[in-house]
Amino acid sequence: MEILVCVRRVPDTSENEIQLNSAGDDIERDELVYSINEPDNYAVEEALQIVARVGGSLTVATVGGEDDEEVLRREMAMGAHHGVLITDEAFSGSDGRGIATILKAFVQKGKYDLILTGVQAEDGGAQVGGMLAALLDYPFASLVNSIEVLEGKKLKISREIAGGNKEMNEIDLPCVLSIQTGINEPRYVGMRGIRQVASVPIPTYGVTDLGLDACSVGEPAARVKRVDYFVPELGTGAEILHGSREENIDRVLELVAAKGGPK
Amino acid sequence: MVGPESTAQLMSWLVPGRTLFLSIHLLGIVGFSYIVARRLVPLLRGECDFRFDRPLVRLGRVFKYWLGQWKHPRYRTAGILHIFIFAGFIVLALRAFTVLIVGVSQNFVMPGLSGRAGPVYNIVTDYAATIVFLCMVIAVIRRLVFKPERYAVPTRYGTGHTADAIFLLSLIALLMVADSLFAAAKTAGQLQQGQPVEVLAALSLPWILQKALLSASLPTLGSVYFGAYLVHELTFYLLLCYRPFGIQFHVETSLFNIYFAKLDREILKPVRWGVSDEHLDQVKSFGVKTFEDFTWKHMLDFYSCADCGRCSDNCPANSVGRPLSPRFISIKARDYAFKHYPVFGRAHNGATLVGGRDSGGIYSEDEIWSCTTCGACEEECPLLVEYIDKIVDLRRGMVDEGNVPQSLQKPLKALESRGNPYGKMEKKKADWANAREFQQTCYVKTLDHRNGGDTLYFVDSITSYDDRMQSIGRATAKILSHVGENFGILGSAEKDSGHEVRRFGEETLFMALRDHNVDAIKASGVRRIVTADPHAYNALKHDYKDLPPVEHISQVIAREVKAGKIKFNPIKNEDSVYTYHDPCYLGRHNQIYDDPRDVLDAIPGLKRVEMSRSRDRSFCCGGGGLMLFYEPKEDQRMGVKRVEMAAEAGANVIVTACPFCMTNMEDAIKVAGLEGKMTAIDLAELVDQQIARESQKVA
Amino acid sequence: MMARIFTYIVHKDGVPDDSAFELATAARMIDATAPPTAIVVGWGADLDAACRSVSASYSGIWKIANEALAYPNADLVRQALLKVLPSNSIVLVPHDHFGIDLAPGLSIKMNSAFVSDVLDIAGVDGTHLKLVRQEFGGQVSAHVRCEISSGAVITMRPGAFKAVEIASEGNVIVDKSGEVDVLIAGRRYLETVVAEAGDVDITKHSILVSIGRGIQEKENVAIAQELADTLGGAVSCSRPVVDAKWMEKSRQVGSSGKTVKPKVYLACGISGASQHLAGIKGGPLLIAINKNPKAPIFQVADVGIVDDVLEFLPALTNKVREMRTVAAK
Repeated sequence: MEILVCVRRVPDTSENEIQLNSAGDDIERDELVYSINEPDNYAVEEALQIVARVGGSLTVATVGGEDDEEVLRREMAMGAHHGVLITDEAFSGSDGRGIATILKAFVQKGKYDLILTGVQAEDGGAQVGGMLAALLDYPFASLVNSIEVLEGKKLKISREIAGGNKEMNEIDLPCVLSIQTGINEPRYVGMRGIRQVASVPIPTYGVTDLGLDACSVGEPAARVKRVDYFVPELGTGAEILHGSREENIDRVLELVAAKGGPK
Repeated sequence: MVGPESTAQLMSWLVPGRTLFLSIHLLGIVGFSYIVARRLVPLLRGECDFRFDRPLVRLGRVFKYWLGQWKHPRYRTAGILHIFIFAGFIVLALRAFTVLIVGVSQNFVMPGLSGRAGPVYNIVTDYAATIVFLCMVIAVIRRLVFKPERYAVPTRYGTGHTADAIFLLSLIALLMVADSLFAAAKTAGQLQQGQPVEVLAALSLPWILQKALLSASLPTLGSVYFGAYLVHELTFYLLLCYRPFGIQFHVETSLFNIYFAKLDREILKPVRWGVSDEHLDQVKSFGVKTFEDFTWKHMLDFYSCADCGRCSDNCPANSVGRPLSPRFISIKARDYAFKHYPVFGRAHNGATLVGGRDSGGIYSEDEIWSCTTCGACEEECPLLVEYIDKIVDLRRGMVDEGNVPQSLQKPLKALESRGNPYGKMEKKKADWANAREFQQTCYVKTLDHRNGGDTLYFVDSITSYDDRMQSIGRATAKILSHVGENFGILGSAEKDSGHEVRRFGEETLFMALRDHNVDAIKASGVRRIVTADPHAYNALKHDYKDLPPVEHISQVIAREVKAGKIKFNPIKNEDSVYTYHDPCYLGRHNQIYDDPRDVLDAIPGLKRVEMSRSRDRSFCCGGGGLMLFYEPKEDQRMGVKRVEMAAEAGANVIVTACPFCMTNMEDAIKVAGLEGKMTAIDLAELVDQQIARESQKVA
Repeated sequence: MMARIFTYIVHKDGVPDDSAFELATAARMIDATAPPTAIVVGWGADLDAACRSVSASYSGIWKIANEALAYPNADLVRQALLKVLPSNSIVLVPHDHFGIDLAPGLSIKMNSAFVSDVLDIAGVDGTHLKLVRQEFGGQVSAHVRCEISSGAVITMRPGAFKAVEIASEGNVIVDKSGEVDVLIAGRRYLETVVAEAGDVDITKHSILVSIGRGIQEKENVAIAQELADTLGGAVSCSRPVVDAKWMEKSRQVGSSGKTVKPKVYLACGISGASQHLAGIKGGPLLIAINKNPKAPIFQVADVGIVDDVLEFLPALTNKVREMRTVAAK
């Protein structure tokens, strides 16, 4: 099976304290640590496991800049066969639709049976996978937490829905799936692995390579734009208790008692 | 003196069997040689290991640990039994060979024993055989009646080894009986014929048997003599050829195992012997994945394990029910070698060793991650079997395959991107020192090319970032400043020492952290380094190279106490009873046992007790560094066991000298429900608290 | 004039989801003048029951009945919607497991803008909407400008808008089923595998001691359990706790776990991710205890305490026990 996983490099929220810059139009990016978007990593692991079971090859692609090559190398060190950097000045400022449009053009350059994305990015909103599927007229499923390859170009998948329940579906290939975290246990990638793929060439694709109209992507085409960042007032609605621990405990018990708790 | 003709007559009893004896000899020797040759096959396929340097030092260790049986008395009963058996074997070796040769050449006398030495030697051997025989009887009784717990085999590791042990013990006992009977029949015959008699040692086994045989007829004695010889010979070769199939192989291998044992225990095995760091990238595979990735010496370790169970008896992971027992690291690998490199049939390489589920491995992942590298097993092993290097090599193999528990991946990634396992920002590394209130009492400068200093205080991650452990950092800084040290820290330029990173098998990441720190330390221009973290201490001292001298704060304090620069106020609380918990990387790995105790004893009014497990038998708190992130499968926490030991010793304050020990102890006190009854304090904190400062004197 | 606003009604067993009424509020925030139209998709008696319930808040209701939609398969629902929706419409969808499935593709097919997981509507300015989203795990919020001249599909975070039942004037249910014929999709629903019921049903407790990553390790779950036992409640948790296998999946509160309606919810060491908050319904007294004063949970809690849960909880447990002993005497 030929699999494409679309990945993104994002600031790692678990290793950063996100703060606004002085202008308030962006977050302070100077000391941020970037890494692969977590669900994307699960998607790559899942793809590797599928390839190990049924054969085929795995390509990871990202739309971004030179800095984003780092996540491609990390995923190649995990075992992805090819890494592709889709980059062009014209792509900057793309909204979700723009990214999906770029990816669609890339997908049509190759032949993929299965396209995976992470369910959502740290700063995005679970959109590119579904958009890409619609652009390609492929079936789509989100929040996928298990994949079984069936005979006859089909998959049996489960989706994570409310109540911890699983919605089982059958889906025809080719299709696009967005992968939920916890679907597997991604393997570890150390510095050594990354170093071993350091010299593997990573092809790049730009607007002309993909035969795209520059007006269909990037900022000019974006209908959704972020205006600014802000930090909502801390504790709107929350009464922060500033007393000693004992005082706080008394207050909590008072409130709980008022709600019918133990007195 | 025994006349030549009479001897000839007695000896002639053996003549009819000469051809038989000769063939058994040949068969036995050829068989043994073949078996040993086959056993050596995997060693030849193993990785190289550099064990040929410093022959004199190695010989010295052979004298101490092999001939001197140095480690054995740590287990009183078993140890003394073993010393007797070992000594008996050494003494009996000559006699056994003499007897064996006598079967084919009656008049053979071992060179050197023809004169007066002969009878003396005979008396000694009579007793030796008797002692070995008795030891076998006691050993069998121990195995069958007393059943020491450490010999038990938990079901997950297979069936018990008792039957095999008893079989071997019985064979040795039989050998002793046959040997004694041989001597007894001979002297009994001589007596009956009125010939001069070799004196048998009074009350020895041959002596008793001889008394029993005195009334037997001469032909009967002849048959007994012949029979005893045959049984002796057969048993001897049976033992010889059977030993390489089990734990008794250590009789042959122990000498070599001890000669080739690791000399610098504190230095971790390199990824590949003979490959420098710069060339490591060219090494295709890291660590141990298949059996053949072990070095030949590590394989020899497996053959040499005597299954005595002392390692596992001392292993903290084993004692809290983690799925790790060092004994079975060896036994399972030995069984693997026997299975894949059979004496008869073709050798075949197996699959990967780790990963029980479907890959057919012999070790589970959790088993290999469960080790805290505390070193208790190695400290105990009488045969100097190595474990930490093997565990680390197995982990290197797992890391190389990406097989790392999810709980460890986050901190490892944070170490890569942020230089600390918590993923905290670099710029906050010195926050503990820069807090305004603290800065007013103790100014800690950050060293750089403009701000120099004599001494670097290497803080390391946990002390820098953990709210509780920062107090150890502040105490350390205050002590250094009290003794007038011109010191500073690296601040954001300091990354994690990588001590646990390396021991968790992530060599490449460790090297990156090390190189960064070495550059930063060298750039700071300091002349010495002090740390309060034994893990950092061990890393800087042994894992790093070309650094200024490194000291642990307890060494500094001990020295300054002796020099009179540090004086203490007496302990106020008279109910406090202190006990010192040896951190593994200060004690066992670096032999710093006395400095912290000397410091405690210098504090007036401090009552100190020792826990039953202290110094080189200290019980690990649960492990530091990345081990804090690992979620082991265990019945109980090591720390809980440890605080219970402290309570048992009558202490209510545990003093330690390691931030990780502190974390584990404080957690354990809560879990054990000893809050309010037991506290833990770091040596540096206690010293800082008790130090008599000028201002106080004035007041 | 603003384009027509539609809201997609998620319903189950004939009962509309809370989001149905929240979307009505959101729609009125975008355009207070024109009442929104609810689209209710499904089959059979459940569909009719859902339409009736929805009519409390909507005056215009479009019903699409189709046997293929008995289970809401997003691919099929999308096809059905495309047949009936006028171009340039604004479609509001709840940001839940169904909305995530449906909305992005719908926006592509309608050639309209798409914004997901919206928390608030900051303003309308001609052909642009100013919306509020959260990024980086809720650490910061962002204003987003969305051009709606060619329509928009927007998913709204469940619970972010107050569900208000607005007396409707008319209650017209328009049956649009005729515009939709045979629906076929490359994805077929097979069945729903219900999560194994755990030992404790957290949805039935009025006091929940809920733990998050701040509990640090499995052994510390006992600390929360003790408090819950003392208070007569149960222990629930957030997703990271389940991912770390410290608690059973059946204890998880959130969009991928259980929805709970307790009277008191003690969020202990929980950062307050939206997916978690989505599982807390019924407006309980929400008390948050967290070491990090910047934890987003403090934005939604009624009472906040900045403290280490590992120390605060045992102290709280002891206090309750103390009070009991005193009372017993």
